[in-house]
Amino acid sequence: MIKFEGEHLLPGQIGHFFIILALVSSLISLISYGVASTKTDLTQKSDWLKFGKINFIIHFISIIAVFSTIFFICYNHYFEYMYAYKHASKELESKFLLACIWEGQEGSFLLWSIWHAVLGMFIVFNKKEEHQTIWKAPVMSVISLAQLFLMFMILGIYFFDVRIGNSPFTFTRNEIPAPIFSQPNYLTFIKDGMGLNVLLRNYWMVIHPPILFLGFASTIIPFGFAYAGLQTKRFGEWIKPAMPWALMSACILGVGIMMGGKWAYESLSFGGYWAWDPVENASLVPWLILIAGIHTMLIFTATGRSLRASYLFAMLTFIFVLYSTFLTRTGILGDTSVHAFTEAGKAINIMIGLFVLSFALPMFVLFFKNYKKIPAIHTEEETSSREFYMFIGSLLIFLSALFVILITSIPVYSKTPLLKDLIISIHKGPLAMPEDAEFLYNKVMIMVSIIIGLLTAVTQYLKYKNTSTSYLIDKIKFPTIASIVISTLLFIFYPIHYDKHGIGFLVAIYIALFFSMYAAISNAMYISLVLKNNLKPAGASIAHFGFALMIVGMLISSSNKTVISDSKVNGINVPIGKDPMSKKEEDPTENLTLIREVPTKMGDYQVSYVKDSSGHEKGRNFYLLNFEKKDKTTSKVEEQFVLQPDVYMMKDNNMSSNPDTKSYLTKDIFTYISFALGKENKTDTAQFKIIDIGEGEKSYYSNGYFELKKVEKNPANSKYKFGANDIALQAEIQFVSKDSMHFDARPMIVADSFGILQIDDTVYAQNLFVKFAGVSDNHKIKLGIKESDQLIDFVTVKSYVFPYINLVWLGLIIMAMGILMSAVYRAKFSNRLSGLILLMAFIGLFYMFLLAN
Amino acid sequence: MKRTHIIILIGIVALIIGLLVFSVDFSTYDTINSAKNKQGKFVHLIAKLDKSEPITYDPIKNPNYLSFYAVDSLGGKTQVIYHNSKPGDLEKSERIVLKGKMEADHFECQDILLKCPSKYKDDKKMLEKEMKDQTTKN
Repeated sequence: MIKFEGEHLLPGQIGHFFIILALVSSLISLISYGVASTKTDLTQKSDWLKFGKINFIIHFISIIAVFSTIFFICYNHYFEYMYAYKHASKELESKFLLACIWEGQEGSFLLWSIWHAVLGMFIVFNKKEEHQTIWKAPVMSVISLAQLFLMFMILGIYFFDVRIGNSPFTFTRNEIPAPIFSQPNYLTFIKDGMGLNVLLRNYWMVIHPPILFLGFASTIIPFGFAYAGLQTKRFGEWIKPAMPWALMSACILGVGIMMGGKWAYESLSFGGYWAWDPVENASLVPWLILIAGIHTMLIFTATGRSLRASYLFAMLTFIFVLYSTFLTRTGILGDTSVHAFTEAGKAINIMIGLFVLSFALPMFVLFFKNYKKIPAIHTEEETSSREFYMFIGSLLIFLSALFVILITSIPVYSKTPLLKDLIISIHKGPLAMPEDAEFLYNKVMIMVSIIIGLLTAVTQYLKYKNTSTSYLIDKIKFPTIASIVISTLLFIFYPIHYDKHGIGFLVAIYIALFFSMYAAISNAMYISLVLKNNLKPAGASIAHFGFALMIVGMLISSSNKTVISDSKVNGINVPIGKDPMSKKEEDPTENLTLIREVPTKMGDYQVSYVKDSSGHEKGRNFYLLNFEKKDKTTSKVEEQFVLQPDVYMMKDNNMSSNPDTKSYLTKDIFTYISFALGKENKTDTAQFKIIDIGEGEKSYYSNGYFELKKVEKNPANSKYKFGANDIALQAEIQFVSKDSMHFDARPMIVADSFGILQIDDTVYAQNLFVKFAGVSDNHKIKLGIKESDQLIDFVTVKSYVFPYINLVWLGLIIMAMGILMSAVYRAKFSNRLSGLILLMAFIGLFYMFLLAN
Repeated sequence: MKRTHIIILIGIVALIIGLLVFSVDFSTYDTINSAKNKQGKFVHLIAKLDKSEPITYDPIKNPNYLSFYAVDSLGGKTQVIYHNSKPGDLEKSERIVLKGKMEADHFECQDILLKCPSKYKDDKKMLEKEMKDQTTKN
């Protein structure tokens, strides 16, 4: 046994101790709250509740202690711990030292359980009488059970030969087999940790995961209340206390999801805020079901209907949160997503599967056993009633969520034993996404948005139970007329140009746009027409207005998004550079090469690549691009701005590109570097070196070799046309650089009545000039090669214009505020507290989505 | 109209959506050789970069033309042409998922998903290499 030097063993021991304490205390509080919920005798019940409370407080403290210990280890760069070695590094700023904790799987489970624990504390310390005697015990047993599972995920104890969970406190020397760990002083050799992935070094990485996980964690509370309703047999009473929680959860989860979108839009090169990526879908689905659930819960509160649906939606919201954990954490999505996934190990995968099943199965059994007892009104609703259309809307949102998750789960089917064989026999191969996966989602969701838009516009103007036709017409005529007028004007002055999927889809976009605007306008007008400008109960209208505005923004910014870096139109493409194999007329040519200090036309702009400069992080390079728009007649500059997209050159030449965006109120010009040269190109000679070379022979240049493929007489191609009387020779040379890149050059020599003309060719990327110098003996030619010392510097960019994208963010903020207003209104907070919460939320959201760029 | 009628109607809508989805030509995961038998059909290939062959990308001449060779575990090999910029970490990728169509002698690629070892901090081999690199430098 080696005695290792310099290791800090205490933090790990403390961490381990608190993980075990957290596990045990969650188990005991599960038992206590479980027993408490079966007791009818009030003194007995309150004894068990007290015991549960003590245990849950211990649990809460333990989790905080675990988290603090990890942070301590990362902060002090104790690289003897695997977690610090893998995720921290010395140059990381402290905010990223926090973020690096949730980069890893163990850290994200921990983050999730911290939020459960925090929310649990709110339930534990709720002093309301009804809450104490009825709801606390069952809700807390659900939370404790979830915590028990999460603690197992980070336990890291061997049970026979299987490791249960991955502890964040394992030692580097036990995890990586490397010879240096046989030396007692191995720590002196480990200079630094691997650090946070540079792609993730962004302030969104600091705030997006905590908010998203709070959103995920908070869905357990409506689930817990639904369980409580079944367990206590007070079938309808849980809705009221669960309502503010459900609203809060919808608000936070919605914001969390769109923060991910903003992050992707701002700093990753996906080219947009939403790509129907499996990871995005997995978080959207629970949100959609939760929204459906909130609406059925409202129907129940007002009319006593839709209780069974409310149960189902509250249950499924949390179950789908668990299912998305299963999708994103087990590596099952592997080949379908741009997100990087890892196999966390079989044991963890089985545990995640068990986690999903042990919530889903018992809950469904309990639900269907009690199904008949759950009160339901068996008469039909009036078709003029609000609840009727609300229910249809909820059902449609739920179905659209099912559609999204069915498509997203395609990789799962190919791994399900019997289903897999069935698919292969029908489909002749493992099922994969179709050619245009985004369009598959878009064409279904655009239909959904049309119906939802119509329902959102009209339903508010209906009353519960029934509505007289004259009332409806009286109220809705102004919003309808206003919408028709405004949309018509919009369509005339700002038409949609989206012909990628034909006229049918374009018409669908117009219809969806009209109904979304109708929804926005009629909900905004509802506040003055019906609520008489009383803002307190206006949360729903505001949320609907925001949601509709967001959809309008999405429709406009996606369908009128234009690529301005289209090198087919502008560019400096040399025709012979095009490969003969690319016969297609319509190439997706979205990249444009900008040579330093050569202004190039890009859309309405003249763009020049002015200079590059390095950032303060190692390997980070900024490229200064100057955009100018000139008036066509006077050629006066009417618009000018500078964008500085940057590239991280990582170890192993890995490149990561971060876009830069010029934001106007009405449009964004979004640009990123799609290719940049490394810094290692160096040449010294500036003279042509003449060599004799024959067809098929090879020779060398400083950065590789080249081969004379052939010499062609009087070549006929798109650039040149030689007749039989001309004397022209073209050499075809292929250069292969050391990094096995591969370039062609075709210098020429032409003899005509005026004399001899040499047409040189260049290989810019290698700084080569190639000259056909003459003909030599033995079927050889004289070839001149010049390696220029003048570095030709260039970048290749992709640039889009997103019009009216701010509507998306503005709509989101308004929606979130509306939902939050409903939440504080229904939670009956005091005016002062409500105002404070709303103000803080508004400042935070406004800063995040509209200012911080 | 009764509620049940509406629900039936919604059911029909769901059915139509379902049919719409089924009518979509879902793709398959293929090997290079099986894809060669499905000329012009959109497929997903799981392959590796063939490092013995040159990669062609000269952004000055054409920033939208990349050509390289891919091989798969069953010995298939094809040229791949991608009309877009070269993904920065192509050379270092362990595995690539190519989406596109086989056309005569080459694979016309529409999208590339790279699986890079550097993204895989949980990959044991990668960690081993990283540790070796770091500790043998000095």
